[in-house]
Amino acid sequence: MEQIFEILEQNARATPEQIATMVGMPVSEVEKIIKQAEEDKTIIKYKTTIDWAKLGKGEVWALIEVKVTPQRDVGFDIIAERIYQFPQVYSAYLVSGAYDLAVLVRAKNMQEISSFVTEKLAPLEQVQSTVTHFLLKRYKENGEILQLPKEVGRLPITP
Amino acid sequence: MSHSIQVKALNSFISQKVNNISPSGIRKFFDLLSSVEGVISLGIGEPDFITPWHIREAAIYSMEKGYTMYTSNYGLLQLRQELAKYLKLHYELNYHPEHEILITVGTSEGLDLALRAILNPDDEVIIPDPCYVAYVPDIILAGGVPISIPTCKENDFVISASDIEPRITKQTRAILIGYPSNPTGAVMPHEELLKIAKLAQKYNLLVISDEIYARLVYGIEHTCFASLPGMKEQTILLGGFSKAYAMTGWRIGYVVANQELIEAMTKIHQYTMLCAPITAQMAAIEALKNGEREIERMRKEYDGRRRLMVKRLNDIGLSCFEPKGAFYTFPSIEITGMSSEEFAEKLLLEEKVAVVPGSAFGQYGEGFLRCCYATSLANIEEALAKMGRFVKKYKK
Ligand SMILES: Cc1ncc(COP(=O)(O)O)c(C=O)c1O
Repeated sequence: MEQIFEILEQNARATPEQIATMVGMPVSEVEKIIKQAEEDKTIIKYKTTIDWAKLGKGEVWALIEVKVTPQRDVGFDIIAERIYQFPQVYSAYLVSGAYDLAVLVRAKNMQEISSFVTEKLAPLEQVQSTVTHFLLKRYKENGEILQLPKEVGRLPITP
Repeated sequence: MSHSIQVKALNSFISQKVNNISPSGIRKFFDLLSSVEGVISLGIGEPDFITPWHIREAAIYSMEKGYTMYTSNYGLLQLRQELAKYLKLHYELNYHPEHEILITVGTSEGLDLALRAILNPDDEVIIPDPCYVAYVPDIILAGGVPISIPTCKENDFVISASDIEPRITKQTRAILIGYPSNPTGAVMPHEELLKIAKLAQKYNLLVISDEIYARLVYGIEHTCFASLPGMKEQTILLGGFSKAYAMTGWRIGYVVANQELIEAMTKIHQYTMLCAPITAQMAAIEALKNGEREIERMRKEYDGRRRLMVKRLNDIGLSCFEPKGAFYTFPSIEITGMSSEEFAEKLLLEEKVAVVPGSAFGQYGEGFLRCCYATSLANIEEALAKMGRFVKKYKK
């Protein structure tokens, strides 16, 4: 069963028939499991990994370290929610270590990120401090290497 | 005209032994292939993964540290110790790292050493047919005589002890088996291996077991021949890193046998090869120490592709038994009435899909193709769709 999700995680376009053959289950069974997973949000969404740089789309990304004061009873969740609801926030994590929230922000330009930090994020009451790191180059994302070296070919026929 | 040809043959610088070996059926096909562009190949006999990064990184580091020298003829002791641990862990086998393990330049060298170390002129070696392309020529080059035992689809290409026994003569020295099999993907049932072990004991024969695909089995456990009762003393176990660790280009493998046999093989190895490349040995140590996760990742991938290819082949009418090892399928092309060479050649020219004709692996491979699933799902789907169209056109 786990295998079904491993295959889909690698290739969202794998058909139920392909998956069923690969894991050795009836197609109807696989379809049922996928449907169930879509309904209970085990499968959250089907997405595509795109190398936007190739399309010449200028985008700015920043990783922001946020130190916050946790609140009684709800800990970090409420403040995290206030932050991750902003559409600029691409990913948000609670982390251990020198700061609390790691927030990955994606925006059209530097100006947008700077106003997000100065006008939205930093002024929040529970936010003690922020450190903004602009991303200079994306090498690997979601387990995929973005700029793959040219493939070295195997011989077409070998023993 | 014929006179001048004969004179030339007589004056040839090439030995008769080499002259008598026919060029590999794969080579012939390779030449044809290079004339066609945009081919999807199912004819490859190696992983489509590159060597896992942790292994490459360890090799790079060893070079940076200056490990660029010869090693002991036997290979680095640490590598032999890791292998001894590996054999103990997987098969409960106890081999002495200093006397019973030899590191070779690929399983290929191990096979050559084993045959040359044990064969006197005209000694016979029993092999399955079809089998890996090197078995027959290597036996001949070592001065022996290959004795082929037919295997068939009805029997899932398993070599059976009852077929072997009548072919044993006073000249028989060894049985050479390679399971999981290239080209068929067949594995040997445990009971059949036991019967072969009994034969080996009854007639005092060596068994050379080429287990290069041991880690690539699906839904079954691999049985190491040396682990069968009483067989440790009578088995030459050949292994390598090429397939399971995706390390074909490194040229590294090993032979495991009793001390007397290892000594004999090392004699040849020390004068012909000296030692296996140190960088590859360093990489192999890392592979054994930390490679399990990557092996399992690749094995799982192959398994999915295997099931898909077998289903697609059967769907288009090329009936195919379920191969439980290696990364090959071996479908029958009986419904087309073509010879395997004809089929492969026409398929290449008309649909630009490369497969290997079964006849390249022996007389009893005729009527079959070797299709390798060490390629992407997209390639498998596209190739099989094209083959389906082709079969429809030529079906009798
Ligand atoms: C059955 C078998 N034995 C041996 C070899 C040679 O392996 P190596 O790369 O270790 O020399 C191969 C490679 O295709 C093989 O399929």
